[in-house]
Amino acid sequence: MRSWLRVFFVGGLIAYRGLFNWLRPAHYFPTMLAHPMFQILFFAYLGRSVNAQSDAFYVVGNAVQVSAMAGVYGMAITIGGERWTQTLGPLMATPASRLAIFLGRALPNLVQGLIVSTFGFCVGRLLLDFHPAPGSLPALALILLTTVASCTAFGMVIGAFGLRLRDSFLVANPAYFLMLLFCGVNVPLAVLPTWMSTISSYLPLTHGIAAAREVAAGASLGSVSGLVGTEALIGLCYAVAAYLFLRFFEEESRRRATLDRM
Amino acid sequence: MKQLMRSALFVFTSLIEPLIMATIAFYTAKAGGKPEALFYMAIGAGVMGIWSSTLFGSGGVISWQRWEGTLELLVASPPPLLVIVVPLTIATATIGIYSLSATLLWGWLLFDIPFHLAHPLLFVIALPAGVISMGLLGLLIAATFVLYREANALSNMLEFPIALVTGLLFTTALLPDWTHPIGWVLAPTWAVNAIRESALGGSPGMAIVLCLVLGAAYVVLASWFLRVLEVKAREKATLSLA
Repeated sequence: MRSWLRVFFVGGLIAYRGLFNWLRPAHYFPTMLAHPMFQILFFAYLGRSVNAQSDAFYVVGNAVQVSAMAGVYGMAITIGGERWTQTLGPLMATPASRLAIFLGRALPNLVQGLIVSTFGFCVGRLLLDFHPAPGSLPALALILLTTVASCTAFGMVIGAFGLRLRDSFLVANPAYFLMLLFCGVNVPLAVLPTWMSTISSYLPLTHGIAAAREVAAGASLGSVSGLVGTEALIGLCYAVAAYLFLRFFEEESRRRATLDRM
Repeated sequence: MKQLMRSALFVFTSLIEPLIMATIAFYTAKAGGKPEALFYMAIGAGVMGIWSSTLFGSGGVISWQRWEGTLELLVASPPPLLVIVVPLTIATATIGIYSLSATLLWGWLLFDIPFHLAHPLLFVIALPAGVISMGLLGLLIAATFVLYREANALSNMLEFPIALVTGLLFTTALLPDWTHPIGWVLAPTWAVNAIRESALGGSPGMAIVLCLVLGAAYVVLASWFLRVLEVKAREKATLSLA
């Protein structure tokens, strides 16, 4: 158990520090703060231009979705980065628990996602017409934690494809942009065609964003508990799927000798 | 360009991302009950695609050479670096013409957006003028990246702010006044105006001229930047630092 925890905490932290360029301020600010900020402003002004929705709609949707910068891209780099640095083979050769290895690598991304989302909400509060009641903030924080965890679990599935694909960004990039369309981030689900809103209901973020919007508008946490529970359940399903994919692709990569393929 | 087209990420950025952005814009217009804005937004989303591929190409042109270890060889070779970089940034911008065509076709097929050009002849002039001016803005951006090791991070970040201040999808009248001068010196402002006014009706002449003037200014500035920054990079020995 002690070894498991060491791989989970220490291994995850060291891997994060080693793999992520964006920890350098010159990389961190443009990628993790400026990009999300301009994304929020862009869609809020797009909505204003046609009187589609309120600023709060876009701030909540995008502030939650930008956690995918860490949750989806971060998890893609977690596997892809090991491939680029030629350490994926040695990592997979270790007898360490795969669950500890990958959950440990997901944790810093989850924390990072929370930081980025919180920053997004602050941008909305300072630069746009978004003024949630102070009393709603604890509930909003809990919803954010659940949703970012769910998004990170989805990112783990994307990361798992990094064991099979040469470039995990091939999946991560479309996933990030499709979330903008499918998860009710910028377009109300009621406006989307039925087939799209059906897909939305199986994706992370969708229920979390809906819950966060209601709470920011004054609803109680209890009234959105169903949405939050669904979001948590979806996250759990993605986490299980990610573990199964990781094991499957690891086996496949060993069999095909493709772990170090660049 | 052949190398770029081998990159699935570039293909996604140039071919798929504009369609996703266009779809979001179309549904936003529908949600706002403004179907008349659809053609306006379709053109804007298409030009945003041109801008995305230009940015991806210009941001990457220096970084990729740096990662592959060929930047020093290119700088040391007899032709000026400007001559090496110009074709690539123009070429990536040209790929963006696909984005515009695909976006308009996407809107016509799936959203019943009528495709009618008010001034077809001016449209044929405005499109290449807009593409070349954006490609040359890409050249200017690429030139500054010679010294900047985090070029890719910066180019990833520039997509939304420039789309915001240049009014690609909505009028800049919504933005604070202090942002307007920023938009005036950026080619996408005039490129989208030229293309939009030639398609929707209006007087695109001035916007076309401004595209060409700005393009020429970008070449002069990029040439100067490349000379100065190349020397600085050599002095600091940072040319190959990835």
